Amino acid sequence: MARTTSVSPDDASSGQPPEIDDAATATGPPRRRGRRARLGTQHLAGWLFSTPFLALFGTFMAFPIVASLVMSFTDFGLRNVTDPLSTEFVGLENYTELFGDETFRRALFNTAYFVVVGVPLTIGLGLVAAVLLNSSIDRFRTFFRVGFYTPVVTSIVAVAVVWRFVLDPGDGLISGVAAEFGWTTPDFLSSSTLAMPSLIAMAVWRNLGFPMVLFLAGLQSIPSEVREASRIDGAGAVQEFRKITVPLLRPTMLYVAVITTIGYLNVFEEPFVMTGGGPADSTLTTSLYMYREGFDFFHMGYASAMAYTLFVIVLAITLLQLRFLRDKTT
Amino acid sequence: MSTAESTRPATGRAGSQSTREAARRRERSHKTLIYTLLSIGLLVMLAPFGWMALSAFKTTEDLTASPPVWIPTEWTLQHFRDLLNVLDVPLHFLNSTFVAVCVTAGNLLFCSMLGYALAKLNFFGKRPIFGLVLGALMVPMNLMLIPKFVLMSQFGLLDSYAALILPFAAGAFGVFLMRQFISSVPDELLDAARVDGANEWFIYWRIVLPLVKPAMATLAIFTFMGSWNNFLWPLIVTNDPDKYTLPVALATFAIDPTKSEGSNGMLMAGAFLVVLPILLVFIVLQRYFTQGIATAGLK
Repeated sequence: MARTTSVSPDDASSGQPPEIDDAATATGPPRRRGRRARLGTQHLAGWLFSTPFLALFGTFMAFPIVASLVMSFTDFGLRNVTDPLSTEFVGLENYTELFGDETFRRALFNTAYFVVVGVPLTIGLGLVAAVLLNSSIDRFRTFFRVGFYTPVVTSIVAVAVVWRFVLDPGDGLISGVAAEFGWTTPDFLSSSTLAMPSLIAMAVWRNLGFPMVLFLAGLQSIPSEVREASRIDGAGAVQEFRKITVPLLRPTMLYVAVITTIGYLNVFEEPFVMTGGGPADSTLTTSLYMYREGFDFFHMGYASAMAYTLFVIVLAITLLQLRFLRDKTT
Repeated sequence: MSTAESTRPATGRAGSQSTREAARRRERSHKTLIYTLLSIGLLVMLAPFGWMALSAFKTTEDLTASPPVWIPTEWTLQHFRDLLNVLDVPLHFLNSTFVAVCVTAGNLLFCSMLGYALAKLNFFGKRPIFGLVLGALMVPMNLMLIPKFVLMSQFGLLDSYAALILPFAAGAFGVFLMRQFISSVPDELLDAARVDGANEWFIYWRIVLPLVKPAMATLAIFTFMGSWNNFLWPLIVTNDPDKYTLPVALATFAIDPTKSEGSNGMLMAGAFLVVLPILLVFIVLQRYFTQGIATAGLK
């Protein structure tokens, strides 16, 4: 697309056959020279337009990505925050320590738990909501869509604070509803078996609006003729869903799965505000452990090794998803 | 014969009518089912917010009553007053707003500039730059956290607005979004302007930007929301309560173990104040949100 704009914008716009253009030799050479001059200014303009972004990107993204890798091989600590260059290289020490670290393994397990349960639930419920919204209902669609999407736009801190109160065993919403039926509820966030499922429930609740909106856009792009044809051929609702909807939503599914998984692998705010990683490290996630080591204890070299390990895991899982979820026909 | 002829169409009509009616009835019950499911879902989605809003205005007695009180027996602003005594809410509100406005302005300008260059200019290095932008979308923020903190400390910018704004002033998502939209501006328009002697800045500023206003609106809303809700980075680079954004102020208050009794009311009041502005923005501009997500996800 970009190539056509630079090579032959005039031909494309006038719609004239190229022979006529060439035959008009009088206008040929000056126009070509003008085009080359224009290309020259485009190089300069392109870079001038890119500079502000690249400067910020280089300082706050590219450099830190490299620096993080370098730091992961050092004993970077609190004193190095003011004097970074006096840090000592320790080779692979951080990494060997990391793989022997019981707490880190615990954090990895908790993160995996959060992802393996949370991602399918989020995507599944988002898909269900989208399918329901896309079905024959004709009124209140916007109303429902806005309602389902609302948790996505609200501050995670506010949401976590509210949920902590919702789950409160004494005065909370859930225990209140249960009390109406004469039931009692456990203390969700103080139980090492229930704390993580509670965080997952909250994350699913908060995030399912995102896949819903994407799936809804995907569903609306499926031509109604395709559906009608399948119905005429005698396909039931389940068959139509499996053979028409799911395959045609594959690209959306891929995007949603990748984005949601990356987000969930980096889960931090939910445990930070709601449980602080407890009880007994049962909700300590990798990112929270990294934050704790880096900013509470200032073991920044160690925390960098943790960040990089997590990044490699994220990258590997993303690549796997791209490989296995991609449309096999293309 | 005649009776047969007269009855056959009649039964036929009755038969088709009854099947049509059955189909209509089935469709109606189908619709009822869908509306019921959606309503239950909506109730679950909004219940925590309703609970928050009601609790913020309840008296402490109502909050701790057993059996629970759903609708406040007496509406009170006490929790908001208490909260204002503990937290300088207007200051944190201004901090959040100022940071979000600056971040949004930065993204609108810088992302649309690069988006224009990537969509409409041909220059050396364009492909690698676009590759960088796409790659940046995939890199988790947490990876850069520690070096970025050290960098800010080296720049002497800890506890400054610059530390809150600069790292977010030009995001990869914005570049991607703007590039997608600017690509759809017809090239003929730009070439016509070039023939008339317009320079690239004029074309970008006077021709392209006015044409992609809806995309700018989408980007503005997303960036503003992201900045307003941003938590981890402001938590790390601000130590001085005067520079706290609203979520950081609420979080430090929420996880403070020395809280007094009845603080649930104050927390709900705080959460209410954090959620309300962005909720209003969202409800008014919801069309741009869903459009923006769909565009960024599917193009």
